[in-house]
Amino acid sequence: MTANTLDAFRAELRAWLEENCPEEMRDGLMAEEGICWGGKDWVFTSEAQKLWLERCAAKGYTVPTWPVEYGGAGLNREQEKIFFEERARINARSPLESFGIWMLGPALLHFGTHEQKLHYLPPVARGEVRWCQGYSEPGAGSDLANVQTHGEDKGDHWLVNGQKIWTSYADKADWIFALVRTDRDAPKHKGISFLLCDMDQAGVETRPIKMISGISPFCETFFTDAVIPKEQIVGEENKGWDVAKYLLTHEREMISGGGAGLSGGGRALGAVLADTMDVLDANTRADAMRCEVDALAIGLTLERYKDQAEAGQGAGDASAMLKYMGTELNKQRHELMMNAGGSDALEWDGPLGNRAGDWLRTKANSIEGGTSEVMLSIVSRRVLGLPG
Amino acid sequence: MLADMARGFLDGAAPVTKLRELRDAGQTHDAALWKEMADMGWAGVLVPEEAGGSDMGFAAANVIAQEMGKTLAVSPFLSSAVIAATALRQMSDARAMVALGKIASGEATYALAVDEGVKFDPDATQMEAKADGNGFRLSGKKQFVVDGALADRLLVLARTAEGLTLFDIPADRAGITREASNMIDARDAARITFENVEATGEDVLGAVDSAMEVLKPALAAGQAALAAEMTGLAAGAFDMTVGYLKERKQFGVEIGRFQALQHRAAHLWCEIEVTASAILNAGRMLDEEPDNAEMAVSLAKARATNTAILAVQEGVQMHGGIGMTDAFDMGFYMKRARVSAEWLGDYSYHAEKVAAARGF
Repeated sequence: MTANTLDAFRAELRAWLEENCPEEMRDGLMAEEGICWGGKDWVFTSEAQKLWLERCAAKGYTVPTWPVEYGGAGLNREQEKIFFEERARINARSPLESFGIWMLGPALLHFGTHEQKLHYLPPVARGEVRWCQGYSEPGAGSDLANVQTHGEDKGDHWLVNGQKIWTSYADKADWIFALVRTDRDAPKHKGISFLLCDMDQAGVETRPIKMISGISPFCETFFTDAVIPKEQIVGEENKGWDVAKYLLTHEREMISGGGAGLSGGGRALGAVLADTMDVLDANTRADAMRCEVDALAIGLTLERYKDQAEAGQGAGDASAMLKYMGTELNKQRHELMMNAGGSDALEWDGPLGNRAGDWLRTKANSIEGGTSEVMLSIVSRRVLGLPG
Repeated sequence: MLADMARGFLDGAAPVTKLRELRDAGQTHDAALWKEMADMGWAGVLVPEEAGGSDMGFAAANVIAQEMGKTLAVSPFLSSAVIAATALRQMSDARAMVALGKIASGEATYALAVDEGVKFDPDATQMEAKADGNGFRLSGKKQFVVDGALADRLLVLARTAEGLTLFDIPADRAGITREASNMIDARDAARITFENVEATGEDVLGAVDSAMEVLKPALAAGQAALAAEMTGLAAGAFDMTVGYLKERKQFGVEIGRFQALQHRAAHLWCEIEVTASAILNAGRMLDEEPDNAEMAVSLAKARATNTAILAVQEGVQMHGGIGMTDAFDMGFYMKRARVSAEWLGDYSYHAEKVAAARGF
């Protein structure tokens, strides 16, 4: 794409954003209270939030890189960079976040049929259907393939029984994509299918889990004779592990980038610390400088891998590296923010808002989506070729 | 492609054993090797074509430096081909073109004399260049002048009436005394004393009292290439270490089977991979947006410093006792890493630059 075309794209986009992004949506709020998750039961926090979602959805800007026919804007990598630069320039909030965008979309775009994409993706892009992810089970954490939730073959459907855990926002979701064992006789990785399940049925129940951060973003999800029609499978029967692995790569990149606030628009750590400390003491300042140096370099690595992916060289197992580095850094950043906040940071909903909750939440970063230790083992075996 | 070519050449012509031979012979320079590098266009990597160079750009210079780091190749590449060439190419006069031509051909080597104390701090330069008729008289002391004992010419930073001035003078001019430093990395560096050294207006590079206009881009190029060399050094030490984990047996199995060592190695690989991104970014910024490259360069040097130091420490630890012996090469990597960490600004110096650019 020529520089002229890109410049024209930027100018057009800038004008569109100026005209269409409501003033209230220009506070750059990335925290939970600012997120629009969408879904059947979503209650907009303001008219501006609703308007912003509708306007973006109409242009395909909730999922800018998805093809136009599935609800996106069909942007290429260069345009995508410009898109997020311009959105950050006016400090605009993201119009919509969801597991449908982050996870289901990439899975369907890669493994789904054309009909499945047409059926499932546009409602995700418009924020009409909210999805959650059913991967982990009480006995399947780091050993994720040890899935016990079972789907019994009933001809035109599976009858599903079992339990999922750590299903984020399952209590608010409309649909769940889940790993289900459809062949108990096959080896561990070979008998799993990737199924799409409507949660609006008697056989699916959810129960929130209260976390140390005081909130309950995670749930247990129970399947009791839940019915999943056969056409609601992504990829082939018993080959769901391929889909799961592919998605884990995406999840890791997302956690590493998003979690560390590296995907653009994030304030420099030093500036955040200065909000509460007029003069940074020598130790805090040294730690903050190291975090900033590392954050910038990890951010550059994220961009480098995206460029490689665009050029057809998948980052693949190296995403484990990004996940490990990004999440460990994010935990350190939040320790520093707590340190700088002093006693003001120690109150729930105190002068610094939810700083303590955010800090506690980051402790999950290096566990969810594969622990730091699992990431290091992946690098060790698959990248370095050390004997397993 | 340049990287493959460079690696092919260096593996054959400048493996670590070459550094060992030089050290054991008490030498700090390999003239024949530098001539070969010049013939391949490396000495002229930043010299304009009309002056006889190959003019491949900063990213390419970084690639060459990175490959040199892997085998600890001994050469005045950073001092002459990167720092001096970048300084000289800011000039447009015929004299500078001749000087650049001599760098490209390998005929003239340079060293940058800035440091006066134990830390890199150009702004704190005390050495005086006193006005004397139409020229100057330089008096003072410089230390840690890398490649300074053998260089043909010196770029000297000195204080003049209204600021700092950069001089380009032959190293054998009357009043200059060079004392070779016995460096831990077995490379050339010197302490240099200037006693009433005569310099004319012609010896000034750029404008009087405005050294930084010429020196700043040269330092940035040198810092980026040094960071690249250190990243190559880290990768070289790392490759040796992973190779060792795969063959060394203890308790009846390869030690690379132990998770404790796997995770140390994997962590180190992650650090090197992240630093490599900062190096690529610095080269790209120097080529495309040189006026905005300062943070990218400091980010690269800061990251490379910590990564190289980690790589050599882990290298020795995972090799065990053999890593501590002089007969084994890891020690060369460790010593070069420490010298490179200090040269042209240490971790704190560059982390401060990044912090300042990020508003704190």
